[in-house]
Amino acid sequence: MSGAAEQTPVAESGRIRHRFEALRREGRAGLVTFVTAGDPDHGTCAALLQHLPGAGADLIELGMPFTDPMADGPAIQAASLRAIKAGATMERTLDLVAGFRQQDDETPVVLMGYYNPIFRFGTERFLDAARQAGVDGLIVVDVPPEEDEELCLPALHAGLNFIRLATPTSDDVRLRTVLRHTSGFVYYVAITGITGTSTADNVDIATAVTRLRRHTALPVAVGFGIKIPMQAGAVARVADAAVVGSAIVGRIADHLDGDGRPQPSLVPAVVELVEALAAGVRAGRDKDRSIGNAT
Amino acid sequence: MSVLLSPCHRCRWATPRSRPALTICQRHASGVGVGVPTAFLEKRRRIDTVGAPLILGRSDATAPYPTPESVMPSLNTYRSGPDEAGRFGLYGGRFVAETLMPLILEVERAYGDLKHDRDFWVELSSFLTHYVGRPSPLYFAERLTSHFGGAKIYFKRDELNHTGAHKINNCVGQILLARRMGKRRIIAETGAGQHGVATATVCARFGLPCTVYMGAVDMERQKPNVFRMRLLGAEVVPVESGARTLKDAMNEALRDWVANVDDTYYLIGTAAGPHPYPAMVRDFQSIIGSEVRDQMLAAEGRLPDTLVACIGGGSNALGLFHPFLDEPEVRMIGVEAGGHGITTGAHAASLLGGRPGVLHGNRTYLLQDDEGQILEGHSISAGLDYPGIGPEHAWLHDTGRVEYVAVTDQEALAAFQLCARLEGILPALEPAHALAHVAMRSPVLATDHLLVVNLCGRGDKDIFTIADALETAL
Repeated sequence: MSGAAEQTPVAESGRIRHRFEALRREGRAGLVTFVTAGDPDHGTCAALLQHLPGAGADLIELGMPFTDPMADGPAIQAASLRAIKAGATMERTLDLVAGFRQQDDETPVVLMGYYNPIFRFGTERFLDAARQAGVDGLIVVDVPPEEDEELCLPALHAGLNFIRLATPTSDDVRLRTVLRHTSGFVYYVAITGITGTSTADNVDIATAVTRLRRHTALPVAVGFGIKIPMQAGAVARVADAAVVGSAIVGRIADHLDGDGRPQPSLVPAVVELVEALAAGVRAGRDKDRSIGNAT
Repeated sequence: MSVLLSPCHRCRWATPRSRPALTICQRHASGVGVGVPTAFLEKRRRIDTVGAPLILGRSDATAPYPTPESVMPSLNTYRSGPDEAGRFGLYGGRFVAETLMPLILEVERAYGDLKHDRDFWVELSSFLTHYVGRPSPLYFAERLTSHFGGAKIYFKRDELNHTGAHKINNCVGQILLARRMGKRRIIAETGAGQHGVATATVCARFGLPCTVYMGAVDMERQKPNVFRMRLLGAEVVPVESGARTLKDAMNEALRDWVANVDDTYYLIGTAAGPHPYPAMVRDFQSIIGSEVRDQMLAAEGRLPDTLVACIGGGSNALGLFHPFLDEPEVRMIGVEAGGHGITTGAHAASLLGGRPGVLHGNRTYLLQDDEGQILEGHSISAGLDYPGIGPEHAWLHDTGRVEYVAVTDQEALAAFQLCARLEGILPALEPAHALAHVAMRSPVLATDHLLVVNLCGRGDKDIFTIADALETAL
């Protein structure tokens, strides 16, 4: 790529925006599903990705494995280590996305993880390769707004949405900082804690989402601690999407044999869980709620 | 020729001067023109010019650091870091999850206020004197000196502190900060257990509940320290995730902090982690170097020629080095844990065998593979086998101001035994690494060369490990 071409911002794919617009038209919230790339192995993960949209996943979060995921609980830590052990690399993570794109050009894919594997791969090279593979956005847990110039701004420049986490510790002043360069959607972390541990109170979530909406017109997804369809449905009443990660990853772990190899029941079991979660999300707004006037 | 005595404005010590027109002593008058300092300045200039654009897109990327030539000779350009973003050049920063950002900013504000609070320093100084036992002596190791037949070797006896290591200097400072911030619970990570013991100690002293995260593997290796922490009333939580050592203990402490943001203070044990910890821990440990400066001037009438300290995260070394960074004549050597040897891959030398990356809140040199996955360090010393290093060391390494070397497990073990037999001191395995380097370097130095090695911990905790390594029954 020439120097001049590098100066020109790349247009975003628009998949995330289109998907949330479609959900709005349907009058329902979306389901965001998380799996770790290469967990439990490359082939099984590719098969899972193919089945997720059909099972009801509206957006896909794909975890980039890292040895030291400080914001994640035991389930996702274990998933990372399984993937690394099975030979996951950044190249292969991007291959998974590229493979997925051959059969699905609409479902948004967001890569989620930590900065070091990206930094090691080379930030510019990574952003370029991710956009080409069909990645739509990034969630990188350990790059706060104070470090925007590291990754957030280059990512926006490279045509990738940069989705930030807002948390219960983000006061109104902090929220302005957090939301400044956020794009695609806002990810509200429902608890102060790590993934897959405690569960947030529904009233707290509603209050937080209302507060977020005062600060941003972007869609709001809520995650951390959502494990069962009923919780997903409760979140769907107030937010634009519910994110489920540890529960799905835990289901994967449940269907491994003693040597960590996937059993034939693995993919159907995950599909079944995602279908149930999707049904929960879709039922969430049955009491005639629509996006925008949720309280 | 008459000899004049007047205070030098750089080392504040009266020295015979041949050039009374100057207000600095002979050593400083001869100044930057001698040998090593010139090389330092030359290397620095190159890095400032070449290195500046590497600072990724920062608005101040083109602003070079002031060079000694462009400022007063007494102004120290190596001691001004970190900048407002917590950076030492490329290194440092605040790479933490959003949930923790408000807390990190709160600690930064609180410490910023504290730095200018006279009452705080008076209180800290009182505790360091009466509770920790400072100042620790600067001891002339006469028998070791005559054994090597080279440089005059001094030990900075920080192993004589309460709890037996330098770690307590930082813990007293941070617990006073935590109290002023109104925090009601303390968490910490520990590897060898020395920082855990020091944290448990100050928590007992100030009546705050204390939870220490320790890798399950380390708990097995350092049983006496686990028991000490429990005796002091701390809860020691075994960390079973990842490799079950120090880095995982740090992950787990961060996870605890994320889940308990309201009342908890994370007392980090080394000069690493997100800003402001690297600067704060360094400041609290700088008492070591400040004392050495005064003590050496009293003993020899001049500053030391060489400082040697071991490096895990690097807090004892920074504490010794930092007050001397602006003295171009003072050479500094950081000794990393070479394990079985750098080429074997089984080592904990982040600077010599690692590459820059981002972990635990800061960018620094890390032991990692091509994919950016963190590797386990190996060292006979549990206090050194952390796969990272404080960001200021990374910067001092790149600028060339401090020289970094590595010694192997075997070399450290030999130095431990030599020190025990010649000086009647059992050093911890960590400073035994520094001693091992002294054993190599000292014999070729002149007999008037003043060398200080930081004896940052005592070896009682290591006797089981050493018995194992020597294949001796206790």
